[in-house]
Amino acid sequence: MSVTSTALRADAAVVGPRRRSRPLRRALSNPIGLAGAAIIFATVVAAALGPVAWRVDYASEAARRLLPPSAAHPMGTDELGRDELARVLHGAWVSLEVGIIAVVIAFVLGGAAGILAGFYRGRTDAVVMRTIDVMFAVPGLVLAILISGLLGPSRVNAMIAIGIVYAPAFGRVVRGSALSVMSLPHVEAARSLGASDARIIARHLVPNLIAPVLILTTAYLSTAILTEAALSFLGLGTQPPEPSWGSMLNASRSYMELAPWLAVYPGVAIMLVVLGFNFLGDGLRDLLDPQLREV
Amino acid sequence: MTRYVAGRLLLVIPTLLGMSLLIFALVRLLPGDVVDAMLTGDVGASAGAKAAVRRALGLADPLPVQYVKLIEGVLSGRLGASLTSGEPISGIMARAIPITGELAVLAVVLATAVGIPLGVLSAVRRNTWADLIARIAGLAGLSVPNFWFATLALLVGSLVFHWIPPVTWIPPWQDLWGNLRQMAIPAVAISVYLMANVMRMTRGTMLEVLGLDYIRTARAKGASARSVVFRHALRNSLIPVITVIGFQVGNLMGGATVVEVIFGLPGMGYTLVQGIFGRDYPVIEISAMFLAAVFVFINLLVDLLYGVVDPRIAPA
Repeated sequence: MSVTSTALRADAAVVGPRRRSRPLRRALSNPIGLAGAAIIFATVVAAALGPVAWRVDYASEAARRLLPPSAAHPMGTDELGRDELARVLHGAWVSLEVGIIAVVIAFVLGGAAGILAGFYRGRTDAVVMRTIDVMFAVPGLVLAILISGLLGPSRVNAMIAIGIVYAPAFGRVVRGSALSVMSLPHVEAARSLGASDARIIARHLVPNLIAPVLILTTAYLSTAILTEAALSFLGLGTQPPEPSWGSMLNASRSYMELAPWLAVYPGVAIMLVVLGFNFLGDGLRDLLDPQLREV
Repeated sequence: MTRYVAGRLLLVIPTLLGMSLLIFALVRLLPGDVVDAMLTGDVGASAGAKAAVRRALGLADPLPVQYVKLIEGVLSGRLGASLTSGEPISGIMARAIPITGELAVLAVVLATAVGIPLGVLSAVRRNTWADLIARIAGLAGLSVPNFWFATLALLVGSLVFHWIPPVTWIPPWQDLWGNLRQMAIPAVAISVYLMANVMRMTRGTMLEVLGLDYIRTARAKGASARSVVFRHALRNSLIPVITVIGFQVGNLMGGATVVEVIFGLPGMGYTLVQGIFGRDYPVIEISAMFLAAVFVFINLLVDLLYGVVDPRIAPA
């Protein structure tokens, strides 16, 4: 359903006048999406340029421990005398890296399975869909805890775990879209003209999957970042001494009465990034496909 | 209706079997096992000693045999014992289930009691300041990590009220007031995300339903505003809201896991995490399978509830 509407609108855009300026104008009239984009942009800048602008080593234990925020240490220092600002900035990098790689893993695994199921249907479809059902039967964070805990706690294993856990969601959406694209008249026409499977998948299927997958990606980026934080909070994700917002929050609990600021900054950072992706997701949804609102 | 219920019940069996196989495969095929964890630091432990321990624990059997044994045990109620503490798993479960159950029930009750009225208010007063505040609160609720909320609650509790959570769980049948005081903050922490979801979903479907023709008809025939909102509109908006609650129960259990660890409540999630750190296979398998099975049955219940809320669904 969603794909047909995208296709129809794409046709309308070709016929209508001023087709270039329309997406831009629509983007500008979408304050929530813009706010989300601004937050994400700021996070990316902080992650990429933070170490250049704030030249303090996040691993250095040179300062006194548990210092309150001051000019020298705008966010104070932690339980080992490390600069909290440098650690929060590095945490932005960790969060984005884990979020993006995990979603790419989910996207590749789920997308491939979904395309196979939607394209070949029949028995392939049945096997893929039953696997997806079974994976959906285990609560997401529980499955992520199981996989990363059993693989051995580390950042890479957390990425793999999160990627596997969210793959079924991508699989289901891609399969649904693939099924509806395959029944479009021009795809049937291509098929009857003797186009190969690979050509139909590359030329007709994949382009039509971009809109739904893009929306899903922003939604799952925020979920993936939250899940990484939760895993690290439990000690099943990023390992010390490398900072991650989740593990920083976990460590802060032991010094809560002495240094309450340590429990505040990493949490604010997580919430802002997640809020940014949620805003961006809402905005993209309006922009790319109003009919996907209910998804 | 009977056929609908029976069909839906039958579908649960393959899902449960597949789920148990997935969990078993994850636990057994991934590297590292309980014997390594038990004998770490024991440098002298030879390969032979390890093999003997594995045999004694039944870990030397072929995997399919172990899987069948596990399922037999679950079906007959013989759950075995923890490999690390030796405590019977049935005893661990008897202690853990009430805690997680109470947390989940409190969280769902809170989420619906706050989320549905807020959503209705937001929809009826569309584009007013009340609506705006409710919507921003909704988006913020979706973005607050529950473990941060719990940490902040502990922080405020200890700094402002000099309150620290009790070390052991107080069962409600012993001291209801003490139990509620202990469980209130964890339950709210888990509930926030669900509350925001329920509020957003209620608002969305209410707006949709309030624009339909039959609502105009009801207004035209002189039904009171209250009756239109609650009897005509809200009842028909409830299906997607129930779906959201059912779907979010999985998230709720993930949230309960983290929050139980924070507050030191020995519920099912806490048991699972402890089991993972100790590579305690039977404890991991049974607690994970239990959490997943509850999730499956809640979704079954939601499907069956559709039939009650909307009689058109059942025959299909």
